[in-house]
Amino acid sequence: MEWMRKNLFSSWGNSLLTIVALYLVYIIIVPFLDWAVFSAVFTGDSRAACLGPDKGACWPFVYANWDQFVYGRYPEAERWRVNIVFFLGAAGLIPLLMPSVPAKLYNVIFLLVAYPVLAVILLVGGRPGLPMVDTSYWGGLLVTLVVAVTGIVVSLPLGVLLALGRRSEMPVIRMFSVIFIEVWRGVPLITVLFMASVMLPMFLPEGVTLDNLLRCLIGVALFSSAYMAEVVRGGLQSMPKGQEEAARALGLSYPQTMIFIILPQALRHVIPGIVNTFIGLFKDTTLVLIVGIFDLLGQVRTQLSDPNWSAPQTAVTGYVFAAALFWIFCFGMSRYSTFMEHRLNAGHQR
Amino acid sequence: MNNRYIALIVGVFLGAIVTYLLVPNAPPPAPVDQAAETAPAETLRDAAGLTLKAVKERGYLQCGVTQGLPGFSNPDDKGNWKGMDVDYCRAVAAAIFGDDTKVKYRPLSAKDRFTALQSGEIDILSRITTWTMSRDTSLGFNFAGIIYYDGQGFMVRKSSGITSAMQLDGATICTQTGTTTELNLADFFRTMGMKYDVLAYEKNDEVSAAYDQGRCDAYTTDASGLYAERLKLKNPADHIILPEIISKEPLGPLVRQGDPQWEDIARWTLNVLINAEELGVTQANVEQMKSSDNPEIKRMLGSEGAYGDGIGLGKEWAAQAIAATGNYGEIFERNIGVNTPLGITRGLNALWKNGGLQYAPPIR
Amino acid sequence: MWSFSRASISWTNPGFRAFVYQAISLVLVVTLFWFFISTAHENLQRLHIATGFGFLENTAGFGIIQTLVPYSEESSYGQAFLVGLLNTLVVAGVGIFFATVLGFIIGIARLSSNWLIAKLAMVYIEVLRNIPLLLQLFFWYFAILRPLPKPIDSITPLPGVYLNNRGIVLPQPVMDGSAGAFFLVLFLALCFAYGLHRWALKRRLATGHTFPALPVGAAVVVILPLLVWLIGGAPLHLEFAEHGRFDLTGGMRLLPEFIALTLGLALYTAAFIAEIVRAGILSVSKGQTEAAYALGLKPGQTLRFVVIPQSMRLIIPPLTSQLLNLTKNSSLAVAIGYPDLVAVFSGTVLNQTGQAIEVISITMAVYLVLSLITSFLMNIYNARAALRER
Repeated sequence: MEWMRKNLFSSWGNSLLTIVALYLVYIIIVPFLDWAVFSAVFTGDSRAACLGPDKGACWPFVYANWDQFVYGRYPEAERWRVNIVFFLGAAGLIPLLMPSVPAKLYNVIFLLVAYPVLAVILLVGGRPGLPMVDTSYWGGLLVTLVVAVTGIVVSLPLGVLLALGRRSEMPVIRMFSVIFIEVWRGVPLITVLFMASVMLPMFLPEGVTLDNLLRCLIGVALFSSAYMAEVVRGGLQSMPKGQEEAARALGLSYPQTMIFIILPQALRHVIPGIVNTFIGLFKDTTLVLIVGIFDLLGQVRTQLSDPNWSAPQTAVTGYVFAAALFWIFCFGMSRYSTFMEHRLNAGHQR
Repeated sequence: MNNRYIALIVGVFLGAIVTYLLVPNAPPPAPVDQAAETAPAETLRDAAGLTLKAVKERGYLQCGVTQGLPGFSNPDDKGNWKGMDVDYCRAVAAAIFGDDTKVKYRPLSAKDRFTALQSGEIDILSRITTWTMSRDTSLGFNFAGIIYYDGQGFMVRKSSGITSAMQLDGATICTQTGTTTELNLADFFRTMGMKYDVLAYEKNDEVSAAYDQGRCDAYTTDASGLYAERLKLKNPADHIILPEIISKEPLGPLVRQGDPQWEDIARWTLNVLINAEELGVTQANVEQMKSSDNPEIKRMLGSEGAYGDGIGLGKEWAAQAIAATGNYGEIFERNIGVNTPLGITRGLNALWKNGGLQYAPPIR
Repeated sequence: MWSFSRASISWTNPGFRAFVYQAISLVLVVTLFWFFISTAHENLQRLHIATGFGFLENTAGFGIIQTLVPYSEESSYGQAFLVGLLNTLVVAGVGIFFATVLGFIIGIARLSSNWLIAKLAMVYIEVLRNIPLLLQLFFWYFAILRPLPKPIDSITPLPGVYLNNRGIVLPQPVMDGSAGAFFLVLFLALCFAYGLHRWALKRRLATGHTFPALPVGAAVVVILPLLVWLIGGAPLHLEFAEHGRFDLTGGMRLLPEFIALTLGLALYTAAFIAEIVRAGILSVSKGQTEAAYALGLKPGQTLRFVVIPQSMRLIIPPLTSQLLNLTKNSSLAVAIGYPDLVAVFSGTVLNQTGQAIEVISITMAVYLVLSLITSFLMNIYNARAALRER
């Protein structure tokens, strides 16, 4: 009671605000709950179940198409390969995220080097026992994760190089880095994807062709490394000059100084920034659907056009489902970034 | 801060210079001059045959198709591609390999299709593409022939009471971007002195969804496409296709310029399918027909002469193609004919003998 | 750095090493560029693809649903480019306005002492910024605006305002007769109000006396033009939309594509701006507020004269980059059929001409120039707003 008086009704103006806010909550929450739970349809196997004027969300649509949302058109018999890749990724990532687990360096090497190689072998196939699965069959969450993870894995080292280049004392290298970074950051991702899908083939020699997905991956990776470079540069700038000078005075070469002294500290400082870039990248993966690659959102849209499921609330259901899935990933990452921020700050104060 | 500002200026300038270097402000020399000036006969012969060689080495044909249009190219529920454009690709694969499964289909949007062919990502584009002069010339393609004589039409809701395209003054019309449809539409309304609003979407599905949900009053595309798209609407029976056809849309497969042999393979596979119908050679009787007395059939099926040599294929190439897909008439009836959900009559696509336009040069 | 004596040409000399590294990278980059350019040249020639910018003068031949400048099917590709560019700028301009206003409101609400308001603002921020923008656009466009009734059954919240699946139709104000004089007076009044503000500021700084410049200025801006308008015989009336055969005709129309895009961009960007505003306000140390109170300033005055001006220095740079992001994100228009620069130019024009390199380069250059202008303005702002250390 005391709490309410202090926090909600401390003055006339505040009380009024509280009432307005309560009303706002009421008009948002009640219809939403009604739609998502009370009037929603939970069972059925076609649009027939969801037809009707007062029906809410059409959840059977989601579970009937669950496999498409996760794997796209990846052949059913080969989906175990995707599952292994998902599992390996989780197995490599979870210990990395927990600060108390040791052997971070090996963990990072596994994730940045061994894992991508394994994943490509498993997903693409073309080896004995692993039939080739063309990327045009990939879709859904698989593509979303492939695009996001490639972007992350490529952009981190490339971003570090660019950031070092931008802070280099050599004018030519600095100029190239600055131009690269600013040009990619100055244009929308969608034009980069258009460039990758319609312009890039013109720049390759006759007979050399790149897979459509691969072209998009290149575009996304270059784009995100420019953003990553700026984050890393922030970290480098925060390092006291004495660190580098001391390392050089001890006789370490420039690469040694950077790899063993400066970068480990600078990167740790900007972990929140790096995670935020990943969140942005993860959200931006949806754009690949515009150039004809079926990511999670694209796959949801494809299934929405299935006449078998065309009912008044199917579209809203599909979008709410996709939004919830993306939200869980992004919110999880952003929570993690806040957690790391607090940890780092605590370290500073000590 | 200053750094960024300078870098952007330099970036824009560099971009401008690169673009300038890249694109001389003049059309490229005409193909004939080019061949005469820079490419001696030998290089020309090298170019001829490169595609076939590449396809044979690869072991399969790469064929560009739609992202899903019933009757023309559409994956069935097991993911197998079906349709008229797909059957043509199968025929080409059968002519080359004797095996119609050696095709990889690449679904392409209207927008991506030309880049995919230009860059060599696909060998043949068999994707309801209208043969126009600019596509044949400045885009750098050659058309192999006409697989379907089409024309642009309109679909409207029955409840609107519209029975003619002349009543569409003031309507909002949905169409797909990057097609000749957009241009024909503009021409038609301009000629008739009528007003309209056009909504152009990237994908077919988006167009039909927009129309189905009432965002626009009419849906325009090639008449064949309208019949196919109507099947995907919620209540197909509520919609009619208006009688007016406002354009000529000869649809056909196309290949890159610069490899005459490959162009010949594409052209003559189509011609064989049409000739087979005219000569009464079908999927079922192609084996018996090899011993037919008719010299035209004998030449086509390889029992007399070796016409396949001229295009780098075996004697049996035509027989293999027909055995895989049947003749043109069979392909038509199987995919879009009156007994299919599309229910399209032969009309202009009947053989010339039956009052249509399908007419293939003879094999001799 | 560039000059070194002959004796120093050795690997132990850092100047020489730097020179070698730079020379190598220069050669690498130039070779790469040269390789790409020559390959592209070769490909274009081999495939006989037309090149050059001559196509900009060719007739476009297609229609565009929203045009701010005169445009018809007979116009050129160059004019189509202009139409697309203006559509982009309009959507960005309107989006920036709403995003900034909403962002400030939510950012301040996030710090409200009212628990419920603060939590609501937090939920808004956490939900909106963690869902992809494209998904939000699809939601607004396909799930909310599409299922609205047909034009014939329009929702009419106010007389003359129609809401249907073809957008919102508003009454169109029509000016005639002395409209020119009206706008002239409006302009003069605005100039006067600005001058008044400058004068009042100067006086306050010099003498400490305040002058109610804002109410006086506002009154001038409202009353004078209104007077002229009345004297001129009220040369302004509203033209209402009417039901036509297919749709409403006349009136002012906002396309559903435009509404969805503006709404999506504004709501999404506002979440980011709110966080920036919050961080900016928090950065002003509590001592400042306490000092202001001690001097006898009221809470509103403290916010206006002490907290906001100081936090602006921290808010403006990230705010600009968010607004630039909004402008770049407006290119997602292509996914919902709004005819912006990317949809019209990199979409339709690219398809019809097939000149990918030219079209994409022009499109990218437009966005680069926009960033360039923003960077330029930011430099000026930063120079002016930099803390003057005394």
